[in-house]
Amino acid sequence: MSEAQDYRYIGQRTIRPDGYDKVTGRANYGADLTLPGMIWGKILRSPYAHANIRSIDSSRAEAHPDVLAVVTHQDFPDGGSRGSNQSMNVLADKKVLYHGHAVAAVAAHTEAAAEAALELIDIDYEPLTPVMDLKTAMAQNAPLLHDTMFTSGLAQDPTTPSNIASRMELKKGDIEKGFSEADVIIERNFQTPTVHQGYIEPHATTVRYDEDGQSMIWCSTQGHFDVRGSTASLLNIEHSNLKVVASEIGGGFGGKTTIYLEPVALMLSKKTGRPVKMVMNREEVFKASGPASASRSKIRIGATKDGTITAMEAHLAYEAGAFAGSPIGPGCMTVFTPYDVENQYVEGFDVVVNKPKVAAYRAPGAPQSEFACEMVINELADELGIDPIELRLKNAAREGTQTMYGPKLKAVGLVECLEAARNSAQYKEALAENQGRGIAAGFWFNIGGVSSVSINMNPDGTGTIVEGSPDIGGSRASMQMMAAEGVGLPIESFKPLVADTENAAHSDTTGGSRTTFATGMAVVEAAQDVVRQMKERAAAVWNVTPDQVDWKDGVAINTVGEDKLTAAQISAQAGRTGGMITGRGNISARGAGPSFAVHMADVEVDRETGKVDVIRYTAIQDAGKAIHPGYVEGQYQGGAAQGIGWALNEEYIYNEDGLLENPGFLDYRVPLASDLPMIDTVIVEVPNSFHPFGVRGVGETGIVPPLAAVGTAVSNAIDIRMTELPLSPPRVLKAIRDA
Amino acid sequence: MQSKVIFSSELQKFTGEAQTEISATNYRSLVSEIVSRYEKLEEDEILKMAVAIDGEIVHDPFLEQIQPGSEVHFLYRISGG
Repeated sequence: MSEAQDYRYIGQRTIRPDGYDKVTGRANYGADLTLPGMIWGKILRSPYAHANIRSIDSSRAEAHPDVLAVVTHQDFPDGGSRGSNQSMNVLADKKVLYHGHAVAAVAAHTEAAAEAALELIDIDYEPLTPVMDLKTAMAQNAPLLHDTMFTSGLAQDPTTPSNIASRMELKKGDIEKGFSEADVIIERNFQTPTVHQGYIEPHATTVRYDEDGQSMIWCSTQGHFDVRGSTASLLNIEHSNLKVVASEIGGGFGGKTTIYLEPVALMLSKKTGRPVKMVMNREEVFKASGPASASRSKIRIGATKDGTITAMEAHLAYEAGAFAGSPIGPGCMTVFTPYDVENQYVEGFDVVVNKPKVAAYRAPGAPQSEFACEMVINELADELGIDPIELRLKNAAREGTQTMYGPKLKAVGLVECLEAARNSAQYKEALAENQGRGIAAGFWFNIGGVSSVSINMNPDGTGTIVEGSPDIGGSRASMQMMAAEGVGLPIESFKPLVADTENAAHSDTTGGSRTTFATGMAVVEAAQDVVRQMKERAAAVWNVTPDQVDWKDGVAINTVGEDKLTAAQISAQAGRTGGMITGRGNISARGAGPSFAVHMADVEVDRETGKVDVIRYTAIQDAGKAIHPGYVEGQYQGGAAQGIGWALNEEYIYNEDGLLENPGFLDYRVPLASDLPMIDTVIVEVPNSFHPFGVRGVGETGIVPPLAAVGTAVSNAIDIRMTELPLSPPRVLKAIRDA
Repeated sequence: MQSKVIFSSELQKFTGEAQTEISATNYRSLVSEIVSRYEKLEEDEILKMAVAIDGEIVHDPFLEQIQPGSEVHFLYRISGG
């Protein structure tokens, strides 16, 4: 790889290949497929947050002339035992564990008939006490969600069940020694709420189960191969008999990395012999898809008077929702990674509560823990009288820093991000009355994984890039550009295609900021394979050896003669030289490069109402190499906007019975374009040495810093340390009045 | 030269130490050696982990070569959104 170098195609701001379809409405999303003979499925959901299911009687529904089938958990093969928690989340078994938990499903001729028939299913519930927050769930003698769940990760195996699914611990150095060396120690407790990714497109699917056992799922997903794997596992179907087609996706942000409707629809289709369509409404999305964990954090950081941090300690607890599996692991692993500090200790707990099972949300687990850390870092800077950027620079992680979670860092761009923040126009702006500024850093690992790509060259020398990674952020354009760079042909010579599970080999889900990195590496490998074959074909035509052929700008050059052949000429006669040319890149990508970001928020607080306006915002992040700078900037801005919403307004509000009171965009308020200033961006490029073009993932990290950047800005504006999100007008006003 | 192996906190509960040195040419032989050295540590516990070999994170390791003097860290597997 890749020191800084000039590229011919990479780094341009091209028009996205899917752009016209999307702005004209031609693009087909999850709810857009209609099949002949199709019927509708609807889900009956729990009115309770926590209850035993004594019985389900669907006879009245099944007798209705419009109803074609009813399914419950018992309709899973083996009663659902294959999928364990996943099957119980898709359709509850003996217990409902959150308000909106799916209990049964109906298929009927029309959507309205299916909806109406839900009322004909009689369920006898035994309500139980809901467990709605971490403090309650972790208390001794708390009501249990699962009688058979015992805490893992304890020094001694527990003898009684608990709502605490697991405990983990990370440490390096000597934490007590570190604190003993500190002149100043800050300790604070923080809370963050349950929030949703807020994707615009609800979950939707259309399926067909044929009489010969062949089945098809069309759905909105970040990973159709994982939809196939999970659904096949739950329903005992061979992968070769289940085709999954990923529709265009109207946002996912991690929330579309799992399954909800797909196996239910397929069971209904199997029972009825008809294609089935299911579409969640907005209320269902909020109640019963996968939000992000609420959290509680205790952070303790010590430093000497000159700003050298000597010790960092965190105790974290994350809500997993109804089933074990919060992102407490990455929460613990990321919390202190921006800091090169010898003594660090983190303890984390994964805790079940009567809320929907959490799903991934951009940098899952990192925003909650790093929010808490960054708030204390800013308070520490104030206490020491040191500029918050200078304090971070003094302690910043850099190449060679030993992370608490494992390896030493390779070259990373945190210092460069901090320096860019210090040099930014915003940092030089003076603040007015009732205004405050906050700085925060953020870290996410990024991941690699399995990606499969083929490039099919056409007879005219153009090519089709066949990939298995759904495009959720403009990745098709990036694939085009990397193929163009690799083969040496213009970008528009390549058409990217996200193929279904029958027309591409497995690719892991689009998530973890892996696609431009990992699938991009597969594209590069496939492009190299195309070039290799092109040279072989030209060599055969010229009766020379392939190593006597050069390849430049899409043209083969005979180095022992005067001949040249373009890619189009070679492709046109490929049938005569051995068949059409397909380049392959099937890889398991290693060496994902971590990405650091630094964000700066300026806010103004209305002291009469508690309303917070973000008046200036700058997002700075290391991209390694920005393949398409416009889409990289879009990722920075999107992450910032979602993080600002998390900081200021977004939260699930449950009543005392555990019922969700704000399952809609009117009452669950995400930031609108009119709420936000232009989010300025700075792309830092410190190449990832493991990628041929130096790419790091960019989609995740941008949501990490906004929580503390905004939280600190508000705290500074009102001169009160705020510790609980969201900083909504009632909370801010109360803090002002209580001060 | 041997490779330096650093255990995650989770694995340290079984190994009783934070790091060790092992002669192994690939990931599989490394795991075999670790399992034979630490009787409380079962192979399943290791196979749940990702590794970083000289800083390069491998999420689902199997055939990876390990050079003499390499640093091998076991760490929790990471997914993303």
